[in-house]
Amino acid sequence: MLDGITLGQYVPTESPIHNLDPRTKIISSVLLIVVLFLVEGFQGYLLIGLGILGIIAAARLPLGFVLKGLRPLRLILLITLLLHLFMTEGREIARLGPLVVTYEGFNKGVLMTLRLGLLVLATSLLTLTTSPIRLTDGLEDLLNPFKRVGLPAHELAMMMTIALRFIPTLFEETEKIMKAQKARGADFESGKLSQRAKNLVPLLVPLFVSAFRRADELAIAMEARCYRGGEGRTKLHTLQMTRADYLAILLLTAGVIVIAVVF
Amino acid sequence: MSRLLEVRDLTHSYLTRTGEEVEALRKVSLEVGAGEFVAIVGHNGSGKSTLAKHLNALLLPSTGVVFVDGLDTSVPENLWEVRQRVGMVFQNPDNQLVATTVEEDVAFGPENLGVPSAEIRKRVDEALAVVEMSEFATRPPHNLSGGQKQRVAIAGVLAMRPKCIVLDEPTAMLDPKGRQEVLRTVQRLNAEESMTVVWITHFMNEAAQADRVLVMQEGRIAIEGSPRQVFSRVEELKELHLDVPQVTELAFLLNKAGLPVSPELLCEEELVSILVDKLAG
Ligand SMILES: Nc1ncnc2c1ncn2[C@@H]1O[C@H](COP(=O)(O)OP(=O)(O)O)[C@@H](O)[C@H]1O
Ligand SMILES: [Mg+2]
Repeated sequence: MLDGITLGQYVPTESPIHNLDPRTKIISSVLLIVVLFLVEGFQGYLLIGLGILGIIAAARLPLGFVLKGLRPLRLILLITLLLHLFMTEGREIARLGPLVVTYEGFNKGVLMTLRLGLLVLATSLLTLTTSPIRLTDGLEDLLNPFKRVGLPAHELAMMMTIALRFIPTLFEETEKIMKAQKARGADFESGKLSQRAKNLVPLLVPLFVSAFRRADELAIAMEARCYRGGEGRTKLHTLQMTRADYLAILLLTAGVIVIAVVF
Repeated sequence: MSRLLEVRDLTHSYLTRTGEEVEALRKVSLEVGAGEFVAIVGHNGSGKSTLAKHLNALLLPSTGVVFVDGLDTSVPENLWEVRQRVGMVFQNPDNQLVATTVEEDVAFGPENLGVPSAEIRKRVDEALAVVEMSEFATRPPHNLSGGQKQRVAIAGVLAMRPKCIVLDEPTAMLDPKGRQEVLRTVQRLNAEESMTVVWITHFMNEAAQADRVLVMQEGRIAIEGSPRQVFSRVEELKELHLDVPQVTELAFLLNKAGLPVSPELLCEEELVSILVDKLAG
């Protein structure tokens, strides 16, 4: 049921992109997202798309695998395209019964779909090439300056780690409970939406009960191992910016500025 | 043998949500020497976990005192020292692993203690080698077997360089193979590194491996002694609804039937050789 989601799943290979500091990659992703919102034209998107292709190649990721990550989003992409196609006022270029396709609608639809697709690709590149640990370490470090304004940087990172640690465990448990309930005649797949939602109750209740028990036990286990928040904590893996990191950020910033100014 | 754990007249009452007091421990006194392997048995609700949690200050005494390596656990300044010296391993292997890889999880304790990175690396590698999990260092913990997860949990405790490990029913959720793995690992630690061990279990054959067995009943220590002494008290144990290792029970019955067999037998070979001698003679 829950297999086959490849979107953003870490691919542990050796590559110059994998070796970059997680902070470099987080900053780069943010830059890419910003420029995707600034640019409004095919040439600009083409260039950004080429850039992303270049990064995929440098990261030694199979292109097909990366693109497959878009599949869970295909419905959203399609709806985006269709909405713009039919709902934009302008010069008519085609007619499907009561629905009118306009030139402006066509343009905007393709652009928005491209933007969304590239947005997803850019962010999935981050998680495809960065292990969850390095990602949380990087986030914690980047958020650290905001501690002074009350942002709980360490706690957020810890929450992310624990979530990542327990997602597979909870999936397994969900499947186990589902099987057990199915054996007793429960039906999760057919019936009206309201009926199906109702059928989920005997699945969700034990799942929540067990999740709270887990949380309780985990908290005690953490305390037993001297956990007392981020204060004075050290790390097994420390982060280290290298020349490659500075170079990567510099190049990307330059590219982003050029694209944003020109297009 | 120097004294590592000392519990004196310990009582502990929980306050339930309805405001009632549940007395889980009643005047428990106990000493554990450095390097000793002590097993605690007793049926559900007899207070084993409550006692265990007092040994590293997860719970504090309602009355009485607990000393760890001479440190009073109820003194707030001693809290982290106490928790570093007494490591805890819990029953559910899934609910005590925090991190997304094995090595990060083992590093969790030393990270909390503020140990420098290079030293953490060293401790993690050593601890994983001791529990024979080195090859799994960079794997996520969720697809390990139960026995492997418990060994990772033990490594996580070892990386804090404790003097004592308290294991609260560490084998209860494991298959026989996993149980063996975990018990062997802890026995080896006890024999080779003189690690002090408090092993809580409801498997009597595990308790039979200890230097000393404590039987708990309604918040008290009901029987205490060497495994031979404790398990030879078959009738009392039955009254407490506890099992006795099969061999011991057989020896007990033979002894009662008038055969000159000591009722303190724990291992099958011993009984077999005695019986063979008797039959031959
Ligand atoms: N958090 C708690 N709140 C209230 N009562 C508790 C709590 N934990 C344990 N108890 C009670 O204390 C007694 C001893 O429990 P415990 O130490 O867990 O026993 P054991 O580990 O031997 O099964 C039981 O009667 C149990 O119901
Ligand atoms: Mg218990």
